[in-house]
Amino acid sequence: MLDFLWLIPLLPLASAALLMVTAGSLPRPLIAACGAGSVGLAALCVLLTGLSWAHDPVPRQMELWTWMQVGTLRPTIGFYLDGLTLVMMSVITGVGFLIHLYSTEFMEEDESLSRYFAYMNLFVAAMLILVMADNLLFLYLGWEGVGLCSYLLVGFWYRDPVNGAAARKAFVVTRIGDTAMALGLLLLFTELGTLDIQQLAELAQGKWQPGDTTIVLATALLLGGAVGKSAQLPLHTWLPDAMAGPTPVSALIHAATMVTAGVYLIARNHELFLLAPPTLLAVAVLGLLTLLLAAFTALNQHDIKRILAYSTISQIGYMFLGLGVGAWSAGIFHLVTHAFFKALLFLAAGAVIHCLHHEHNIFRMGGLRTRLPVAFWSFLIGSAALAALPFTSGFYSKDQILLAAYQWPQIGPWLWAGGLLGALLTAIYSFRLVFIVFFGEAQTEPDRQPGWRMALPLSILCVASIVGGWISLPLAEALPATQSGHPAAAVEWISIAIPVIGVSLAYLIFLGRQLDLSALVNSGLGQRLHQFWYSGWRMDALYNWLWVRPYQFTARLLKDEPVDLAYNGVVHTSVALHHLLSNLQTGRMRWYASTMVGGLIVLLAVLARAG
Amino acid sequence: MLLLDLIILLFAGGALAWWSESRSAKAPRWLALAFLSLGLLYLLGGVMQIPEQQFSLIPQPDNPQTWLLHYRVDWIPRFGINFELAMDGLSLILVTLTLLLGGVAVVSSWDEISFRPGFFQANLLWTLAGVVGVFLAMDLFLFFLFWEVMLVPMYLLIAIWGHEQKAFASMKFFLFTQFSGLLLLLAILVLASIHANNSGSYSFSYFDLLGTAMSPQLGFWVMLGFFIAFTVKLPAFPFHTWLPDAHTQAPTAGSVILAGILLKTGAYGLLRFTIPLFPQASVDFAPVAMALGAASVIYGAVLAFAQTDFKRLVAYSSVSHMGFVLLGLYAWNILAVQGAVMQMVAHGLSTAALFMTAGALQQRLHTRDMRRMGGLWHNMPRMGATAMFFALASLGLPGLGNFVGEFLVLVGLFAVNPWLAVIAAIGLITAAVYALIMMQHAFQGTPDPQRQLTDYGPREMAAMGVLIIGLLWLGLYPQPVLDVAQPVLESLLAGGAP
Repeated sequence: MLDFLWLIPLLPLASAALLMVTAGSLPRPLIAACGAGSVGLAALCVLLTGLSWAHDPVPRQMELWTWMQVGTLRPTIGFYLDGLTLVMMSVITGVGFLIHLYSTEFMEEDESLSRYFAYMNLFVAAMLILVMADNLLFLYLGWEGVGLCSYLLVGFWYRDPVNGAAARKAFVVTRIGDTAMALGLLLLFTELGTLDIQQLAELAQGKWQPGDTTIVLATALLLGGAVGKSAQLPLHTWLPDAMAGPTPVSALIHAATMVTAGVYLIARNHELFLLAPPTLLAVAVLGLLTLLLAAFTALNQHDIKRILAYSTISQIGYMFLGLGVGAWSAGIFHLVTHAFFKALLFLAAGAVIHCLHHEHNIFRMGGLRTRLPVAFWSFLIGSAALAALPFTSGFYSKDQILLAAYQWPQIGPWLWAGGLLGALLTAIYSFRLVFIVFFGEAQTEPDRQPGWRMALPLSILCVASIVGGWISLPLAEALPATQSGHPAAAVEWISIAIPVIGVSLAYLIFLGRQLDLSALVNSGLGQRLHQFWYSGWRMDALYNWLWVRPYQFTARLLKDEPVDLAYNGVVHTSVALHHLLSNLQTGRMRWYASTMVGGLIVLLAVLARAG
Repeated sequence: MLLLDLIILLFAGGALAWWSESRSAKAPRWLALAFLSLGLLYLLGGVMQIPEQQFSLIPQPDNPQTWLLHYRVDWIPRFGINFELAMDGLSLILVTLTLLLGGVAVVSSWDEISFRPGFFQANLLWTLAGVVGVFLAMDLFLFFLFWEVMLVPMYLLIAIWGHEQKAFASMKFFLFTQFSGLLLLLAILVLASIHANNSGSYSFSYFDLLGTAMSPQLGFWVMLGFFIAFTVKLPAFPFHTWLPDAHTQAPTAGSVILAGILLKTGAYGLLRFTIPLFPQASVDFAPVAMALGAASVIYGAVLAFAQTDFKRLVAYSSVSHMGFVLLGLYAWNILAVQGAVMQMVAHGLSTAALFMTAGALQQRLHTRDMRRMGGLWHNMPRMGATAMFFALASLGLPGLGNFVGEFLVLVGLFAVNPWLAVIAAIGLITAAVYALIMMQHAFQGTPDPQRQLTDYGPREMAAMGVLIIGLLWLGLYPQPVLDVAQPVLESLLAGGAP
């Protein structure tokens, strides 16, 4: 199977091409079979690849053809397989297949089913290329490809201009990061003469000492790409709006896979980042700030999908924190468990929305525990894992990150404390959601129940969200080990206790109502704070004022081509001269005679002077 | 002989199409398509017979055997003017592009032209004949002749078959090109007379004029004449203002060949003549030229975003894309120059398709105003999907040809001037802004339920399919094109800057 690695991205790519060329003329069951089946087959291929790789777990490189060769630049269309690749491929095709299966029911009545699966398959292919590429330029192809599919799928229901605006925002904001990343590629190539990831790592270690300006700059530019794609500060504003897309899209692209590409990028190039301690510190601090900012925002949202979107931003913040403090495997581990429980949460939210006449507002739900039991249990398990309650998958991965943060020299304990505050908030907002949506009084009655194609993926993801913490990922060779050593038992116990306290608080506030915060919330300051957090710390308004408005203003100013003023000036001058001269031609003899005499006098005078 | 035959074929085809107009209104377009296909087959058939190793030879000025094809007869011996045509890898790429896009242009105007269809096709073919001559002429006098030959029919295409402001736009086009043509002629004459003073005999041969010794001051001014003449054509900021008017007002086929091919003659002139003829002056001037390139990238993108006219938007996007070409040429290393050539070809394909889309929209909606479009994906999914593809090519999506061009330019430029590379890279963001807003205004949003529109038929899809395959090929396996261009670019680089 290892020789047929190329088949894995090719399967969904071929399906996407087929669906695009046939443009919806295939029978609908065949479209669904093609869309979900191709990803299922790819998942099977990944499984076989993993099994044969396990016999001899050494990294492998496979080159299909030279993409372009000019001078010393020679990027290939080629793949690299190691434990990290395999983990990412498993998540993409495994979770991806479940989401495709779910989609066959969720999108059943949509008229553009073929377009939907074409984009989804194209996404899976691009995402596989992103994680399998052996050089940064081919990786960049996948990177832009997933961005494109995100754009196409966020704006899938194109008739509403709001969706179009959300899609464009997603593309343009991430492209700002992508462009930084492209500049990072240029810098790395100019300095090291290659874009092959393994060679870059080797050459960089020979060329630079830790902390050299050039490598710090290069990694900072790569980090720019990572924060864009992974919706971290300061480029996170596109993700909440991206919820305009169909919910399975949010599950696949904006929770499980694409938004974690930044985490993958940093982990894949960890040799470079290890040479740049300032960049790593920035990764950790940005991660911490993002996770806190997003957690506060999530606590104040009404829209079920926006809560989950902010929680995704927040959880990726944990992954960044983990990478920044050198807990490489823990960061990837959290990526995997997050893929399970966040995909589960989104799909469960999709089931709620699907069965509740497209209702998004959690305050118009309530009491769904008995009415939509499948969604309830899924949400409960997913939220438990998200809140990192003991023995769920999220607990193991988040715990590793927090412990590594605690042991990080200098500001480590502060990072740890910030992460704990985030964990407390996570527990509160995730169970706020559970208590409001599934308990209390019913507001809206569901008009249907999810069928097996929705229920089965939910059940599988429920199991994965629980037991996902017990699997061991084959990352030992691919990523440096986290520094070992156990902190004081108290630190461990605090990490375990915080989520439990958070859930209890959520219970007291939102369900038992023993804790009444209405006075605090309704006070002037409380209202203003709520509005501030509800708007996501006013970041959108800030960017509007800083970038969008000035750009639009400049465009309006230049619209009518100011450069033409200069050329028109020439035209007007010629026309004016033409009128002047033609006016001299009056046809009156007396005027001609007098000007002739006048001219003669001037001429004589000039000649006399000269003589 | 092949090269001469090719030009004669296009001239004759044009005359025949004109003549056929009196017999049938449909004959001219079939004739035009037939002659262009014949030309393409004839060229490719001829090229196939050239031995493989000839392609890797570095073309030597003094040895015609090292060129792929060569043709020369005396013309005006008294002034050393020859009828000299020669083809190397660079000309081969550009001539092939010319014939291919010529065919696309004919298809794109298939039933748009009802007034004097034969004369229309004649002008189209004559323009193309002039362009082919420009790409092949190795005598500067002959080059200038073809330069003028390609412009006059183009002027007529805009002036006769253009849209509502055709008189203004065609006059503006004519004045800009004639002024730049005059500069070119003056520069050529000065260069030839310097050469005559140095060597004692007249010559307009490119190969003789290479390496003409002259004082730096004089060299600068003559170089500037060539530079302005070609950057007006390219066009680069601030000489670009004829382009939005000409493109917008031209009939679809005119816009297709104007953007797809005619702009490339400017880039070709810079690459073949300006820089190699004046290596030192060009090196000194390179920072200015690159600054103009970077300004074009950003300025074109901002103005494209500001437009409400679909065609004008695409026209300004060309200014932005040709800025990359200017940057690549003056960065003057193999990466950047290969990128510039690739960008020329890829931009030719993607912009031709976008102008074809604009033409199809105008034909169906009788407007180019995007404020009166919206939701057209619903009415015409095939048109929407293909437009999306070319909008993505235009914003530089990896996997398509334009990305290869822009990336190579950026890599080459970064080594020379990292800050300009940063500015040009910002163009990747602004390109996304205008390309996506174009898709939004025209194809996304709420459809008009009253609207009854016909989607692309097989003829249009065939043309689009050719362009799509071309861009995918250039984006995923550009090596054949890079390899064909490699020897000639290396020889130009070696002869050019130090």
